[in-house]
Amino acid sequence: MARSGETPGQIIAREEEPKDVSLPPPKAPPTSPVLAVDWVRQHLFSSVPNTLLTLLCFWLLWETVPPLIDWALIGAVWSGGDPQLCRDADGACWAFITEKHRFILFGLYPFDEQWRPRLAMALFVGTLLVSSYPPFWRPWLGLLWVAVFTSCGILMWGGVFGLTPVDNTRWGGVPLTLILAVVGLVCAFPLSILLALGRRSDLPAIRMVCVGFIELIRGVPLISVLFMASVMFPLFLPEGVTIDKLLRAQVGIILFTAAYLAEAVRGGLQSIPRGQFEAADAMGLSYWKKTLLIILPQALKVAIPPIVNQFISMFKDTSLVIIIGLFDLLTTAKTALADPPWRAFYIESYLFAAMIYWAFCFFMSRYSQYLERRLETGHKRS
Amino acid sequence: MTPGDTLGDTPNSGAAITLESVHKWYGAFHVLQDINLTVQRGERVVVCGPSGSGKSTMIRCVNRLEEHQEGKIIVNGIELTNDVKAIEGIRREVGMVFQSFNLFPHLTVLENLTLSPIWVQKRPKKEAEQAAMEYLERVHIPEQAKKYPGQLSGGQQQRVAIARALCMKPSIMLFDEPTSALDPEMIKEVLDVMVGLAEAGMTMICVTHEMGFAKTVANNMVFMDEGSIVEMAPPKEFFTNPKSERTQKFLSQILTH
Repeated sequence: MARSGETPGQIIAREEEPKDVSLPPPKAPPTSPVLAVDWVRQHLFSSVPNTLLTLLCFWLLWETVPPLIDWALIGAVWSGGDPQLCRDADGACWAFITEKHRFILFGLYPFDEQWRPRLAMALFVGTLLVSSYPPFWRPWLGLLWVAVFTSCGILMWGGVFGLTPVDNTRWGGVPLTLILAVVGLVCAFPLSILLALGRRSDLPAIRMVCVGFIELIRGVPLISVLFMASVMFPLFLPEGVTIDKLLRAQVGIILFTAAYLAEAVRGGLQSIPRGQFEAADAMGLSYWKKTLLIILPQALKVAIPPIVNQFISMFKDTSLVIIIGLFDLLTTAKTALADPPWRAFYIESYLFAAMIYWAFCFFMSRYSQYLERRLETGHKRS
Repeated sequence: MTPGDTLGDTPNSGAAITLESVHKWYGAFHVLQDINLTVQRGERVVVCGPSGSGKSTMIRCVNRLEEHQEGKIIVNGIELTNDVKAIEGIRREVGMVFQSFNLFPHLTVLENLTLSPIWVQKRPKKEAEQAAMEYLERVHIPEQAKKYPGQLSGGQQQRVAIARALCMKPSIMLFDEPTSALDPEMIKEVLDVMVGLAEAGMTMICVTHEMGFAKTVANNMVFMDEGSIVEMAPPKEFFTNPKSERTQKFLSQILTH
């Protein structure tokens, strides 16, 4: 195998020339005033309108924050199973949460077996945390997820290893919300990448299928997708065949999310300069190697904000499964209020549910910012 | 084994690249008109001409970044057709350096260099990295191996891009205006690397306006205008005694300012 290019040859190149050392020392940037009084005068009371705005803000804070602390902390009832205590108090009735939190968290899951969803969720959230650390993005992580999904399934359904079987119609609360959201994300994300690539494909048939799917699904509300999955779909099945209601809702959520995510991913793909494709082509990379090694890593990084936006939105959209009678977190929070003596404490119930939603969404939001910083390689100089 | 060996005695056995009456259109616009060009093994051809004359399009046809619609392109004995195998075969033989570098910003310099050896040529990672470091030394920036392209200067990036193309051990190198996007003080460091390659006997087609470089390395000068090859001659003749009026005009415009 003789090729002309292989003969090692000497290349002449200029050596780096030494820098001129006789330059004057660099001038330091001007420092800004640091006195607190100066800062307040400059930023809060610099003009008449500014002063008025500042005073208005202080007044609003004075009117809202102390009463809120009074209600939520000082005057609140924290424990005791008697709703009368709450009615007599001025503050929040956190005793309601103490009393009902197991129902809100786990829904209709048999009370004595609730350690099972608890353990399953711990596994689930633990694995989510492990997978959010980029150095762990290795093949073993996929295996870990298979193992975690399997053990969560065993824990939730039971029926083996002496665990009492629990039908998935009795699942509810946080486990149901997390399962719908995480399984939804894990399945919708790869599907959305395929849809986005398909939409940019050179093959008209593939392109048409992808465009048709995305536009059809994006054109209808999630609620109608869920409704169709739950009510219409079984009508088309042959008699005797039934598909689990939870599974139908899950598939509905996956398809819906994938259609939206696909557009976010496509936005990322569009942002990759033509030169990247050409360089990969010129190096002899095949379509899939080019896509997986060069294009997607860059495109997904660009698309992190809209993708996470979609993740957050879909996490909260899982609450729409109430219309097909699944007991997700928001539904259990609502149902917990059906107990007559506790009926008045809806604010506490919804706040509790909201805080759980918020914790997950806030984590996703912060995590996406961390990821963006971490994947930054300095090619867009700011 | 190069495909040229398998085909044995083809009429082009001495030729690295042959273009025979190549035509190309962008819509109704005739960008390449009846291009005939033969580049022998070890030959260095410099292509010049006004912007929009089809220079880049012509060399981009050689490795199928652009598709020609009529005529024949033969690279190392392989005819360029729609056959994916032929295209892949040619791309293994041909390295390309772009005006805008086109390094992969999400990979380090070393990863940029080893990507193709590892994934296309299936070489072991260790070996690919060793070879990559040798090429980085040849372009005088081994100390930048762990950095990302965005942290390098334009001249350094273009030298990395040249090293990346060389890592595939190509027998032919295409340069598409490699110094046009560079600041003046960085042009020399890139041209020096290219001169070194030429001295090592690499077959090269280079689109450039660097006439000093052309005089030093070219065996043949090609002047293109409006999609055709107007004139082709060795540099001495080309610069001192251009035949066509258009070449004379072009040379007077770029050499006297």
